[in-house]
Amino acid sequence: MPIRDDVLVVGGGLAGSIAALSAAEAGASVRLVSYKKSTLRFASGLIDVLGYPNGDGPVSNPYDALSSLPDDHPYSLAGEQAIRDGLDLFDEVTADSYRGSHTDANALVPTYGGTVKPTARYPEASAAGLASDARSMLVVGFRSLTDFDARLVSEHLEAAGVPFEVRGAELSFPEEFRADAKVTRFANALDRDEEIRFAGRSVGAREALAETVKPRLKGVERVGFPSLLGDEHADEVRADLESHLGVDVFEIPMGPPSFPGLRLEDALFAALDDAGVRMSTGNPVVDYEADGDELQAVHVDQKRRKVPYHADEFVLAAGGLVGKGIDSNRSRVREPIFESYVPHPSDRYDWFDTDAFGDHPFARFGVVVDDEMRVLDRNDAPQFANLRAAGAVVGGADGAAEKSSSGISLATGVVAGREAGASI
Amino acid sequence: MTDTPHVVVVGGGSTGCGIARDLAMRGLDVTLVERGNLTHGTTGRMHGLLHSGGRYAVSDQASARECIEENRVLRDIAAHCVEMTGGLFVQKPDDPDDYFDEKLEGCRECGIPAEVLTAEEAREIEPYLAKDIKRAIKVPDGAIDPFRLCVANAASAQEYGARIEPHAEVVDVLLEDGEVVGIEVEHASGPGKRVHRTPGSTEKIRADYVVNATGAWAGQIGEMAGVEVAVRPSKGVMTIMNTRQVDTVVNRCRPKGDADIVVPHETTCILGTTDEEVEDPDDYPEEQWEVDLMIDTLSELVPILKEARTIRSFWGVRPLYEPPGTGTTDPTDITRDFFLLDHEERDDLPGMTSIVGGKFTTYRMMAEKISDHVCEQFGIDTACRTADEPLPGSEDFSVLRDYMDEFGLRSPIGRRSVQRLGSRADEVLKTGEPNPVVCECEAVTRAEIRDAIEQSGSDLNAVRIRTRASMGNCQGGFCCHRMANELYPQYDEPTAREALDELFQERWKGEVHALWGEQLSQAMLNYALHATTMNRDGDPAAMDGAVDFAAFDGGVGVDASDGETGRSDATAADGGTRRGER
Repeated sequence: MPIRDDVLVVGGGLAGSIAALSAAEAGASVRLVSYKKSTLRFASGLIDVLGYPNGDGPVSNPYDALSSLPDDHPYSLAGEQAIRDGLDLFDEVTADSYRGSHTDANALVPTYGGTVKPTARYPEASAAGLASDARSMLVVGFRSLTDFDARLVSEHLEAAGVPFEVRGAELSFPEEFRADAKVTRFANALDRDEEIRFAGRSVGAREALAETVKPRLKGVERVGFPSLLGDEHADEVRADLESHLGVDVFEIPMGPPSFPGLRLEDALFAALDDAGVRMSTGNPVVDYEADGDELQAVHVDQKRRKVPYHADEFVLAAGGLVGKGIDSNRSRVREPIFESYVPHPSDRYDWFDTDAFGDHPFARFGVVVDDEMRVLDRNDAPQFANLRAAGAVVGGADGAAEKSSSGISLATGVVAGREAGASI
Repeated sequence: MTDTPHVVVVGGGSTGCGIARDLAMRGLDVTLVERGNLTHGTTGRMHGLLHSGGRYAVSDQASARECIEENRVLRDIAAHCVEMTGGLFVQKPDDPDDYFDEKLEGCRECGIPAEVLTAEEAREIEPYLAKDIKRAIKVPDGAIDPFRLCVANAASAQEYGARIEPHAEVVDVLLEDGEVVGIEVEHASGPGKRVHRTPGSTEKIRADYVVNATGAWAGQIGEMAGVEVAVRPSKGVMTIMNTRQVDTVVNRCRPKGDADIVVPHETTCILGTTDEEVEDPDDYPEEQWEVDLMIDTLSELVPILKEARTIRSFWGVRPLYEPPGTGTTDPTDITRDFFLLDHEERDDLPGMTSIVGGKFTTYRMMAEKISDHVCEQFGIDTACRTADEPLPGSEDFSVLRDYMDEFGLRSPIGRRSVQRLGSRADEVLKTGEPNPVVCECEAVTRAEIRDAIEQSGSDLNAVRIRTRASMGNCQGGFCCHRMANELYPQYDEPTAREALDELFQERWKGEVHALWGEQLSQAMLNYALHATTMNRDGDPAAMDGAVDFAAFDGGVGVDASDGETGRSDATAADGGTRRGER
C-alpha cells in the first residue's frame, strides 16, 4: 500500500515544523520527512525577526523596517501579516516557554560573544537577562568551559554600553568533571540533581552550584549562566537556583550543542505530535516523480531502496547551505532534490566577499519563490504547480547579517503550509 | 674588541632563525628582526616537505646530495618537527620510462636510498593511487612542520642570548662612510612581544654586521642599502585537504610540471604547486585556476582528491636567484641553489651580506655557511654545532609516552600534544590546572595555547602557528573565540577582541579559495555562529553611536518606550514545567 498524505514536508527544522503545523491547521493530513538532526542544535533558540535591515541597526521595531527591504526579500513576498501569523503560531506552540509577544519591540539579549543582539522572541530561560533591564548583573562562567569567559563577556557588555552594572566571575564547577567535560555533562548533572561532594558533605548539584555562586553575588539582582542549566528539567533547575540564590537566573545562548535550540526542537516535535503530523525521520529524500508540472511523489532512500512518498502538495524546507538543502561543487550551486533553480554567479570567486563579515552572496543562495512560496524556475514560472519552499532553502536574504533567519522560517513556513493545506 | 660583535639578522624565516641560532651558539651577540610573525614570509607558506633529495636527483645533483644530508640531520636535531612518512615517485602510463630510470640512477648516485616498487606494491603503501600507475620509486621523503622548526630555532637562539624581534619592519639600512652600521626598524606595537593596541615605535639598531636573510624580499633591503639584489620571486599555490588521503609523500615521476606533489601534513594533505614569476612578493594574484589545477592534475595520480574536501589554499613566493647574466626565462629552470652575496666584495659596501635562493630542507646548511662567513669577518673560528645539538623540544624524544593518565587527557589529544611539544611536553602541560581542549579539530589544549601566548603576546596568529589551533576543518569557526578567551585576563577586553577579529579575518582569507561543497557549508555555519548567535558583526561595542536601550523590550510588564526598566516578572521562580516534558 503506497504511502500517501495530503501534504508532504521535507525538512524538520523550524520552517518545516511550522509549515507542517500550518498545513495541519488547514485540515490537511500531513507528513514530515527529515533526514539528519535539524540544524536547531546549532542555533541559539532565539527567534530573530529583523535587527539590522540593510546593514542598519540594531532597530527596535522590526516591522517599521520591512518596507525598506528589496522586493525579492522573503519578507517582501510573504508580507508583514505572515510574519505576525508565524509568530502567533510559534507562541501557541511554545506556550509559556518563550517571551516577547507582549510587544512589537525587539529585545536585546546578551550573547556568548559578549555582545547583545536584537531578537523578537526569547526563551523564558533568557528572559531575566535582557539588556534593556537596568538591574545589576553577574555573569558566571566555568573555568573548564573554553567557549565563554564570564569576565570577558561582562567587560564586553560594558563596552557595548549596557545600562546596568555587570560583573563576571569564573568558577570551578562543584564537581570533579574531567577537564574537557562537555556542556551536556554539566546539564545532565543539574537535570538529575546528582549528589556530589561539596564542602565536606553530599549535596545536590543544583545546591552545590548555587553555594559556589553565592559568595560572588554581592548584591546583584540577576545572574547569567552559559546555557547549560539542565536539559529536560531546565525550568526546575533554574527555579531551584533562583530559590537558593534569591535572585533571578538566566541563560546566555551558546553554540552547538545548543540547549535552547534542542529544547525548541522538542517543543516543535511535541506540537507536531499533538497536531497529528506523521513523522518519518532518518532517511534522505533523493529523488521525485512528476507528471507534467505536477509532482506525484518524492523518493526516500531507505537502506538503498527508493520508497515513494505520495502527496498532493509538497513543501521543501530542507535548509540552506548548513542543512544541505542547498549544495554546491566547484562549478555551481544546486538544490539537490528537485534541481530547482538557484540563482548564483557562475564564477565561484564571486560567491563571497573578502571581508569575513562582508556582504556574502553565498549567504543569500537559495531557491526563488513567489508570494505563495511556490518554487519558481529561471523564467519566473512555477517549477511544479504543487511545490512550495520555506526557511533557509529560500534565497534572497542574508539572515545572519540581518538577524532575520528565524523570522523568515516562520513567515515562509506559515505561507507555504497554509497555501499547501488550502490547495487540498 | 673585547665585547662580542653585534650582528643583526634581518628575516625571521627558517634561514634567518637558523643563522641567529648558529651565530648565538658561537657566542656572538645577535639581534633578529622580522617584519611579521616568525615564518611570515616564505617559510610559513611552503608545503612542509622534508626533501630526500629525490626531487633534484636528475636536474640538480649537488642540491640532491645536500638534501639527503640535511634530511638526516633534521631527523636528528628536530625530531619533534619531522614525520618520516617516506615518499614515492609514481609513474603514470604517459610518464617517460627514460626519466624513471634516470631518477632511480640519480638517487643512487647521490646516496639517496631508493627502491623500485611494482604498481601493486606501491598501492599496498598508498591504496588511493590511481589504478593505471606503472610503478614507483620509494625514497626517504618526509613531512616537516616549518612553523615548529622555525620557532624552535628562534627559541634556541634566545636561550643563547639572542634578541628576537618579530613585528619589527626594517625601514632603513644605516650607512656611515660607505659602510653598513645597522638598521632602523618600526616596531608594530613596541619592542618585545606583540600586544594589540600598544602604540608602535621606531628603533635604530647599530650593528657591526648585517645579514640580509629576507629571501624574496632581499632586493628591498638591498635597495635601502643602495645595492642591487636581483631576486626573482616565483609564486606557488598550495591547496590543503581536510584529511590525509595519503600517508606518504606522493610525487609524479616526470621531468617537471605544475601540480605534481601531495604531502601528508599532520591531519591534512597539502597539494602543490605552481611556479610562476611575479613582480612583487607582496602583491600578486591568487587565482582560481591555480586551485583547480592542483585538484584536477593531482587527481590523475590520486583520484579520490577530485571528490575530497579542501579547507583552504595559500600561496608562497620562492626567493629564486641566479647570478647576473644567466638569462633563464622559465622560473622552473632557475637553480634552487643558494648564493651568499658579500656586498663588500660585490658592491664595495662593507658590513652586510645577503643570502638568497636555497630551499627549506637545507636551511641549516645555508645558515652554517653564512655564519662561517660572518665569523670570518670578525676573525672568529668557533665551529658550528647546529648539526649536533638538538633543538628545543627535540632534546629527549623518548617522551612519547601515553599521557592520558598523567595529564587527564583523552588519549589521542595527549598523544598529539606530546608529538607537537616533544621534550617540552612536561614543561608546558604540567600546569596543575584543568586543561580542556580549545581547538577540537587539531586537538589543542588550553595549556598549549597559554604557552604560545607566553611566547608571542596577544598575537593569535602567532599562537596559531605554534599550536595549529584553528587550522583544521572548521578553520577557526569553533575555536577562534576560545583562543581569544585565553588572552584574558592577562590582556584586556579590547585587546582580546581585536586579536580575535584579526585571526578571524586571517582564517577567512585562505578559506575563500575552498568555498564549495562541504567547506562552503562550513563557512556558512561559521558565519551563522559568529554573526547570528554571537552577533559579532553587529556588535554595539564596535559601532559608532550608542544604542538606545530604552527603546527595546525590557521584559514583560515593562513598557519598551518609557525607558523605565522595572523588575521583570518573566522568571518568577514558580518551577513551571516545560511543555512536552518527557
